[in-house]
Amino acid sequence: MSLVHEIDYGTPVSKSAETVKLTIDGNEVMVPAGTSIMRAAMDAGIQVPKLCATDSVDAFGSCRLCLVEIAGRPGTPASCTTPVAAGMVVSTQTERLKQVRKGVMELYISDHPLDCLTCAANGDCELQDMAGAVGLRDVRYGYAGKNHLKLEKDESNPYFTFDASKCIVCSRCVRACEEVQGTFALTIQGRGFDSKVSAGMLSDNFLSSECVSCGACVQACPTATLSEKSLIDIGQPEHSVVTTCAYCGVGCSFKAELRGEELVRMVPYKEGKANHGHSCVKGRFAWGYANHKERILNPMIRESIDQPWREVSWEVAIDRVASEFKRLQSKHGRLAIGGITSSRCTNEETYLVQKLVRGGFGNNNVDTCARVCHSPTGYGLKATFGTSAGTQDFDSVDQADVILIVGANPTDAHPVFASRMKKRLRAGAKLIVIDPRRTDIVRMPHIEAQYHLPLRPGTNAAILNALAHVIVTEGLANEAFVRDFCDLDAFEHWASFVSEPQNSPETVGSMAGVSPEAIRGAARLYATGGNGAIYYGLGVTEHSQGTTAVMALANLAMATGNLGRQGVGVNPLRGQNNVQGACDMGSFPHELTGYRHISDDATRTMFEKLWGVPLDNEPGLRIPNMFDAAIDGTFRGIYVQGEDILQSDPNTVHVKKALAAMECVVVQDLFLNETANYAHVFLPGSTFLEKDGTFTNAERRINRVRKVMTPKNGMADWEITLAIAKAMGFEMPYNHPSEIMDEIAALTPTFAGVSYDLLDKEGSVQWPCNEKAPTGTPIMHIGGFARGKGNFMITEYVATDEKVGPRFPLLLTTGRILSQYNVGAQTRRTDNVVWHAEDVLEIHPHDAEERGVRDGDWVKLDSRAGGTALHARITDRVAPGVVYTTFHHPETQANVVTTEFSDWATNCPEYKVTAVQVSPSNGPSDWQKDYAEQAEQSRRIATKIAAE
Amino acid sequence: MSASADRLVTMANQIGRFFTPQRGADPASAIADHLEKFWDPRMRAAIMAHLAAGGAGLDGPVREAVGRLKKAKVPEKGLSA
Repeated sequence: MSLVHEIDYGTPVSKSAETVKLTIDGNEVMVPAGTSIMRAAMDAGIQVPKLCATDSVDAFGSCRLCLVEIAGRPGTPASCTTPVAAGMVVSTQTERLKQVRKGVMELYISDHPLDCLTCAANGDCELQDMAGAVGLRDVRYGYAGKNHLKLEKDESNPYFTFDASKCIVCSRCVRACEEVQGTFALTIQGRGFDSKVSAGMLSDNFLSSECVSCGACVQACPTATLSEKSLIDIGQPEHSVVTTCAYCGVGCSFKAELRGEELVRMVPYKEGKANHGHSCVKGRFAWGYANHKERILNPMIRESIDQPWREVSWEVAIDRVASEFKRLQSKHGRLAIGGITSSRCTNEETYLVQKLVRGGFGNNNVDTCARVCHSPTGYGLKATFGTSAGTQDFDSVDQADVILIVGANPTDAHPVFASRMKKRLRAGAKLIVIDPRRTDIVRMPHIEAQYHLPLRPGTNAAILNALAHVIVTEGLANEAFVRDFCDLDAFEHWASFVSEPQNSPETVGSMAGVSPEAIRGAARLYATGGNGAIYYGLGVTEHSQGTTAVMALANLAMATGNLGRQGVGVNPLRGQNNVQGACDMGSFPHELTGYRHISDDATRTMFEKLWGVPLDNEPGLRIPNMFDAAIDGTFRGIYVQGEDILQSDPNTVHVKKALAAMECVVVQDLFLNETANYAHVFLPGSTFLEKDGTFTNAERRINRVRKVMTPKNGMADWEITLAIAKAMGFEMPYNHPSEIMDEIAALTPTFAGVSYDLLDKEGSVQWPCNEKAPTGTPIMHIGGFARGKGNFMITEYVATDEKVGPRFPLLLTTGRILSQYNVGAQTRRTDNVVWHAEDVLEIHPHDAEERGVRDGDWVKLDSRAGGTALHARITDRVAPGVVYTTFHHPETQANVVTTEFSDWATNCPEYKVTAVQVSPSNGPSDWQKDYAEQAEQSRRIATKIAAE
Repeated sequence: MSASADRLVTMANQIGRFFTPQRGADPASAIADHLEKFWDPRMRAAIMAHLAAGGAGLDGPVREAVGRLKKAKVPEKGLSA
């Protein structure tokens, strides 16, 4: 094993199709037009000395180290800023160049600490490398002159240090912040010798500035100026393993860099096709939870939930699971138990859980957390396009002319993709945002949405119908596309429906709180602005009309011909790392892998033959139905892998009641999460660093997850499921996750070509990957839809049953924040809490004043379902009548307030619309206090109590 | 009406509201198809029992759809192991 070294070509790749031939140091080189001389040289294996250049940012030409000589041209131009030309003859090493470079390095080193031996970057420092490359042996100026060596370190950021004394002011960090991340938090303050990198305003440090801790600056820094604290603490890594981040649905590739089995740092991998070398604060830095003191490493059992936990061996724990599940089935019937697969676990692990339920439990009571996020996406896109997935790869956004973001907050929830999107917007693409809240992307440095439609929560379908109304009635539909690729009768029926007066912007606008002119303008822009690309999130799906709204988006894209090529499409931004994969792997109770219904005899028979057991042909219970059935007494036991349903699912009181009604709740997780308060068996899980497998991201990309260390709990998650299956009498003999993937491929037409060998060879592939598409399918529906003709669905607006009234006059909508992830089980156990230590309630100044609420006050938040208390943040990000909070902290339990209203097709909960009242409070509610006490009692571990 | 029956009626009517204005297919058959494909047999049995008891609250096409459901094979305690 060794470190994975990536070549730095110095400047970005040119995308020109035209090629240019030139000679560099006697070597003939052929490169795309527009390539820099520096990059062309590197292509030929010639490394021109450089400091201010790196291939993640545009050339800058400030360090004067990469100078070259060009035959027939005067002077010594910088090779980073000089493009190649046909016939050019370049010399990268001459006497003159050597002297100039040595002189430049002398100046740098004369103002640089000579502490290489104790420096964190020792062995990985470009300044050190360049001193060697130019043959620096002496600094004629000495070291006693004016210098920056006494500048103070900025250690405010929890993850990295800024040591100004080591800065060479190459601006790579500033440019990375601008060009790669798009935050513009850094600048060069002062002039000449006083120039220095500054985060935010003069009074700021890194923590108080706009810096989002993506790590792009740290990665770009050629010295030890910006260094990871973990690197400073541990030292240089000695080997690395390429793997995939376990946070959001972007699926960034990282190099896990280690010394032995100690993780030193996670460095974004340039070859990663989803992230191209970029990262966010979660994937880059927030991995400390893997070693957190609260992580549970031993299996535990207890007879009842009021008892303390008792640590036991794996054998005892697994036997308890199997004997209890068998007892429950024997007493209450085959349908009395079920399981929940995890969108945080690998494809192979989710596949195994659904196989265990279908084959081992003998029923289809298996579901996944996609139930509560993107299940409407699967249903809606399958009905319209024929495939339950997004249509594009992430790279497609580079070709978009109009970006329509609906109910998504990419800068917080999908930050690495958001950086790509922002780059395209800065290059001139237009932006429409449909969101009740003024999310950051609506207005930020160098980006301003042409239209922001701040609709009233719950009116998505109406607004999307109004956009369609404009497109149809103003003759903006792409009739040729519709004629060629869509069901014409369905289109005409739909066109007639959307043209009805109740769908006009004037009617919808007054109901949804959006100006009709803005609706008309947005519709015209999307339909006529060139390539129109739709990106949407849970603000679309988590409604009683979630599926309807997904179909409405698909209708818009079909009507305008925005499908089947680069730059367009309908793209769900998936919340968790493997939501797409969990859905693909047959986690839903009604379907097997590849979205094939369980009642389909031919498909089911194929699985029965391979698994050697008969399968039930009836759909099983979905998660909310499991809760109802538990309360009714017909559902008694559940195996929950890697999900915290008590914190993440709506109406916490109802979920608590359901869990408490069950006789055997088995939780497999890293921590004693909230659901584990009601568990009888706890199986300690493994982190993404401790196992092999694959994740599938929001663009259908199957990425390898590679084991970088031994599971601290003793078993990878897939091995735990195998042990349960065996104890239940349903053997699943696999030696390695690659064998599980081979079985998935054998049973699933869209995965037929997928294997670990292929993934190792290609890096990653996007399904469908089969005989027709041996290396995958970046763009779907080229030249026709998966279902044949595109199907327009009627998307009549139906107001939610969740109504505001005198008791509950405000609408609550919930969401996420950049530094935290889902229920926060991982991120709350990292230093990310410095950015978000608690959930707060955003409330408009008008609503706050009416209630006598000041910024920072405790407020009670009540709905028909329940109440909690949290601190208020007064902001005009939300419209009057709307309040907003996140659900990352169990102390707040935002979902005690949300209701069980759900999407008509999939039962995806309506998290985004809850009628609430807000009133002043003096602290946590009684419910919160009781909950905290019960949680503490529930987490007692007998052996630890005895030890204390 | 019990709380769970009330919830099933709400869910069934939501489904009905979507399928009723769709083109072509008879709404009751589209609703019945959705219920057969996505509702667990216990839920179907419960909504059928509710219809048998008068079907209070069920919208027109939904009543018709529930009436067309095949009898779910669910004993009182669920299918035997």
